[in-house]
Amino acid sequence: MNTVILFVILGMLAAAMVIAFIRLARGPRLPDRVVALDLISVIVMAFICVYAVRFNQPNFLDVAIIMALLTFLGTVAFAFYIERRA
Amino acid sequence: MEETVVLLLMLVGASLILTASLGILRMPDLFLRMSASAKAGTLGVGLILAGVAIFFRDFAITTRAIAVIIFMLLTAPVAAHMIGRAAYFDGSPLWSGTLFDELKSHYHRSTHELDSGDVVVTDQLLEDSLMNDEGDDFQLEE
Repeated sequence: MNTVILFVILGMLAAAMVIAFIRLARGPRLPDRVVALDLISVIVMAFICVYAVRFNQPNFLDVAIIMALLTFLGTVAFAFYIERRA
Repeated sequence: MEETVVLLLMLVGASLILTASLGILRMPDLFLRMSASAKAGTLGVGLILAGVAIFFRDFAITTRAIAVIIFMLLTAPVAAHMIGRAAYFDGSPLWSGTLFDELKSHYHRSTHELDSGDVVVTDQLLEDSLMNDEGDDFQLEE
């Protein structure tokens, strides 16, 4: 694998992570932060997949599956409590 | 050849994810931010997973990658819808350039009940919306 291009991909994902964290810190309301958290978990899944290719470790994909399941449950729980609070 | 395809898929996926996070930073209200992150983010991760499936060329890995893609395609709209609904009930402000708020006359803020009558769009309402000319400033929130 061409490691230079893989590093470019990882750099783009890192930039996306930083930008999503800016929105997470800035808010301004709770739903905005929940959407930012959702995007951060998507970026983490992408990181895991790229690292699986980088180090030739297919087992990393299981972590991505667990990540997808937990993210959905977390978002649904957040939505439930925001709706209850309103 | 195969390596080129994998790298290309991953590059496109990563740039889509970067686009999604730019959208989440720059879009003016919650609902536009959600539309940016839900669609571009899902497609980006889907492309990266497709790259992984092509790279490993193994039946078990491909099955897992396809399972994750299908799961994300099923759950991302559901999660976005639930967050959007909760945020609307919570009173998230809409963008100043919003033309129609079709839920406005059907949601009773005091009882938290939705009714499902027809949306009445009168000429006056349409004219008022189109006259609202402040739609082009892409300001961040105050």
